[in-house]
Amino acid sequence: MRVPLSWLRDFAPIDGDVDGLVASLDDLGLMVEGVERVGDGLGDIVVARVLEVAAIEGADRIRRVVVDAGGDPLEIVCGAFNFGQGDLVPLAPVGTVLPGGMEIGRRTMRGVTSNGMLCSGRELALSDDGAGLLVLSGVDGAGPGVPIVDALGIEPDVVFDITVEGNRPDAWCMAGIARDLAARLGVPFSLPEPGVTPAGPPVETLASAAVEAPEMCPRLTVRVLEAIDVGPSPPAIARRLTMAGMRPINNVVDASNYVMLELGQPTHPYDLDRLGAPGLLVRRARPGETLTTLDGVERTLGNPGRGLGETGEDCVICDAGGTVIGIGGIFGGASSEISSETTRVLLEAAYFEPMVIARTSKTLRLRTEASARFERGCDPFGIDRATERFCELLALSSPGTRVAQGTLDVRGALRDPIVLTLRTEAVNDLLGTALETEEIAGLLGPIGFRCTPEAPGVLAVDVPSNRPDVRPAPHGVADLAEEVARTYGYSRIARHQPTWAEPGGLTEAQRMRRRVREALVGLGATEVWTPSLVDAGEDARVGVTAAPIAIANPMAQDQGWLRRTQMAGLLRALGRNRDRRQGSVRLFEVGVVFGEPTPGRSTAERSGAGGAQGAYLPTERELASLLLAAEGDDARVAVAALDAIGAELRLAGLRVRPPEEGAALGGLHPTRSARILSGAVPVGVLGEIDPEVAEDFGIEGRLGWLELDLGILADRAVVPRRDERTRPISRFPSSDIDLALVVADPVPADEVADVLGAAGGELLESVTLFDVYRGPGLEPGRRSLAFRLRFCAPDRTLTDREVGALRAACVEAAQRQMGAVLR
Amino acid sequence: MTNARPLDLDALESTAERVLRAATSTAELAEAETAALGKRSELAGAHRTLGALDESERRRVGRELHELRERMESLAAALRLELQAKERSAALEADRLDLSEVVVADLRSPIVRGRTHPVTQSRDALEDVFVAMGFKVAEGPEAETDWYNFEALNMPPSHPARGMYDSFFLELGEPETIVLRTHTSPVQIRLMEAAVAAGTLPIHAVAPGRCFRRDTADASHLPVFHQVEGLVVDRKITFGDLAGTIEAFTTAYFGPEVHSRLRPSYFPFTEPSAEYDITCTICLGAGCRTCSNTGWLELGGCGMVDPAVFMACGIDPAEWSGFAFGFGIDRCAQMRHQIPDMRALVENDLRFLAQF
Ligand SMILES: [Zn+2]
Repeated sequence: MRVPLSWLRDFAPIDGDVDGLVASLDDLGLMVEGVERVGDGLGDIVVARVLEVAAIEGADRIRRVVVDAGGDPLEIVCGAFNFGQGDLVPLAPVGTVLPGGMEIGRRTMRGVTSNGMLCSGRELALSDDGAGLLVLSGVDGAGPGVPIVDALGIEPDVVFDITVEGNRPDAWCMAGIARDLAARLGVPFSLPEPGVTPAGPPVETLASAAVEAPEMCPRLTVRVLEAIDVGPSPPAIARRLTMAGMRPINNVVDASNYVMLELGQPTHPYDLDRLGAPGLLVRRARPGETLTTLDGVERTLGNPGRGLGETGEDCVICDAGGTVIGIGGIFGGASSEISSETTRVLLEAAYFEPMVIARTSKTLRLRTEASARFERGCDPFGIDRATERFCELLALSSPGTRVAQGTLDVRGALRDPIVLTLRTEAVNDLLGTALETEEIAGLLGPIGFRCTPEAPGVLAVDVPSNRPDVRPAPHGVADLAEEVARTYGYSRIARHQPTWAEPGGLTEAQRMRRRVREALVGLGATEVWTPSLVDAGEDARVGVTAAPIAIANPMAQDQGWLRRTQMAGLLRALGRNRDRRQGSVRLFEVGVVFGEPTPGRSTAERSGAGGAQGAYLPTERELASLLLAAEGDDARVAVAALDAIGAELRLAGLRVRPPEEGAALGGLHPTRSARILSGAVPVGVLGEIDPEVAEDFGIEGRLGWLELDLGILADRAVVPRRDERTRPISRFPSSDIDLALVVADPVPADEVADVLGAAGGELLESVTLFDVYRGPGLEPGRRSLAFRLRFCAPDRTLTDREVGALRAACVEAAQRQMGAVLR
Repeated sequence: MTNARPLDLDALESTAERVLRAATSTAELAEAETAALGKRSELAGAHRTLGALDESERRRVGRELHELRERMESLAAALRLELQAKERSAALEADRLDLSEVVVADLRSPIVRGRTHPVTQSRDALEDVFVAMGFKVAEGPEAETDWYNFEALNMPPSHPARGMYDSFFLELGEPETIVLRTHTSPVQIRLMEAAVAAGTLPIHAVAPGRCFRRDTADASHLPVFHQVEGLVVDRKITFGDLAGTIEAFTTAYFGPEVHSRLRPSYFPFTEPSAEYDITCTICLGAGCRTCSNTGWLELGGCGMVDPAVFMACGIDPAEWSGFAFGFGIDRCAQMRHQIPDMRALVENDLRFLAQF
């Protein structure tokens, strides 16, 4: 909200330097986003009369203008065309610095010397209009050589751009800002009482008012003004509206906007003679009913929206005959718009139920100055002052106005006045302060909360009707505590760091995640962050066949689905780095991928009033994916990476197994890929990226891939850990035995190693696979696995006979259990 | 031996010495030793002529020859040491390696360490700060129900404050009931519900995680971003405790010269609510362009848990009080590392990531 300082001074003698005011406003929670000084730097601008306008030869965008600015005629080059001989326009003489910082110099264009510049409203920061000169003809007191500030009655002003929080509808107006600021500065605040003398007939003889939906519109008032002369607003009104960021339209609409900006109450003026029947009726919209709003768009009402809570219960304003002429609290219809022919105005001022306005505004995607205020909650009892002020303003701009006597006032159930019992102790307990009861009363009083001592340390606090954010007890105590803290000053509340007995810490799964990252970094991999939201076909490119979960309202088509894998993102990241000549790299990502909703992850248990029943959350799996693209990387490096992570996490019994028959692993090389299993539970996959997939992403060469499900990995019941106990190192020499065992291809090498390990017993220190051979000398379908067995005893050097016996036992076990043949 | 010339020992010695001294390497020296002192040397030849001399003469000349040989051998030893030292220093010189110009990529198995992502680094550092302050670390799902993301946080359907959170909805169930969480605050609700069900109040937890909003990416916003939420529910927790906690975390994470301030604000799930700023990390409060000359940068929101939120979770606000706070992890990383454009965090350019 743009807030001119001069407007605030209508309500309180606010002084002080601008920086200090900004600090006070910020500290009150009225955040100042910007400060603009207007009317500054206009001291040198004078009014000039156009004496002569002539074309310049060879130039069609500029003209030569001669003006009288109170001295000798001056020759000026001007690029505007919205004026003529005799007009009064603003002149910035040579040497002037415009509000934007531009300095006017003497220039020569096409042989014509320009002794200054004729200015637009925008160039003088007086309006948004930059299309032509600010024509001053007709302005009282404007004449050649008169300073423009005198001609227009401009005083330098400061406009604060203030963000008002959603819970402060009371502060969303000049009076509200002034009230808070006056309380902080300790100066008196007062709202002038507007006053008009009704001279017209009784209002009920001119119009009617009825409400069929009081739950939507708990209060409707109607006033009528006659003999109105529609025209431009007086300069002071127009200027304030402009400074506040609203475009002046005509004196009737401007008065309505002015009142809204000043007091926070939206009102709506209708041309009474353009209503089908004189008067207003408020009711629910019928399904499918349409209305063309002031912006010329046809709106369909009364239909449920697609979104949550969009019930289609819209509140409409009708003329007395039931024809829709506006959407309650949001937008007026075009049919009853004020025009230059209007002479009789019906003014609607109402209180709408905030949730009704919020709902319709959301369903129709229609947000206006009025709806934004109504949905936050206006003051149902501030209406009378607002309509009175409207009449007063209109009487000023249209002196013949006859205000009809009385107000049509239809009331339903309005919020009962709230009186809160506020214990000083409760406030201090919540804030950590040591405020006295009188101090609290002194803080709340000036912002409109009347405090009456009820007992020692207890106040009865009247909540004003313009504070819908302050709730009844018990919540209201917290609301009042906020007001106390805010007006006292957050920065004055003593800070204290609380402590407690319970220790902090990470969970085992969180510690494990960190160790996985550390292990991957140790492997030379760099962590990246690829998109969670992807294109529909993205995952299919890496062999994920299940359809992704769609986002109902994506920002862009290629961000419209939830990823099911990190492979595509990592390949893209690799491709981008390769394009930038960062070729030999290893990348990894740790993050969530999404899958089908799982029954059990229900929303139904605590779905709330608007929540869905029977919908389930998608499954989320946290994966660590590693893309190995350094020189020489391939599936074997992926195995080594798995070993490294396994060692880091002390994982026991992980198995690397080929894909199941006919079930290729998505995106992976069909003959160079495997599943990682713990028992029968899949923990992840590894191998090489399918060359076709890599090619699709424009990447050449072998790429290793390792993908682990961290959620499963963290579960020790599923993935056991190695024994943490150590065994002493023997002081005696060890003996190595090499065995080349021929086994059938389907027999996994790690199982052979396990059999050897078991047969070797306690004296077997390690089993290492060191060679694999297929080819001449072996039957097809079999290969030779060469293991090195290292034996060692803790208490002696093993004899050749002992080692021989152990070797025989190992060979025998491998033959018997694995069908292995010693080569 | 009439034709035997008398032995010229001086000539013998000068010849041997010349041969030895001519060697320029240990290998040459070994050859020279053979030549000057070996079986076929003049010296050995002189020894063989001794037999022709009478006994007294033989003894004298023999002794002189022996002394000469000893002198030559010790000369050779000295020369060897000299040459060895020279050769070692030449070998070391030949092996010289300037360690400032090592071409790591040329190594057979280059030792390269990767990096965690700057957001991970910030998250870990923040977690560590909070753990040291007594917080546990909690997590929650990235896709949430309307209940957790909004309604239990005192934002029933159509609540205008929902407008602050432009949400992505999933095509699951009734429209707009499942949302990609717009903040980490739903974890508050999950923590409170779980603590009530298990009877394990109080709660002192932070919850880092990924969030989603329909915001256009720019230099300081990403539609997918990371937040950390804090929640304390205990007895006699005050707004002063909240401010003290924020200050403690701020100085612990950003350094002792960075402080915090609280300004009134509005969140439906806290009352009183505050926005908190930290000392501008660029100018340390002096005022600069980044902080619009205020000396402060906005970091996050916080407040005392609203009674309505407690009641939605089944907690009696008369018995328990608490505070909650939340702020962007990405933003912390941006401030700490002075990253001009946040979009660099998702571009995955290794030239950028290698800097952390
Ligand atoms: Zn700064």
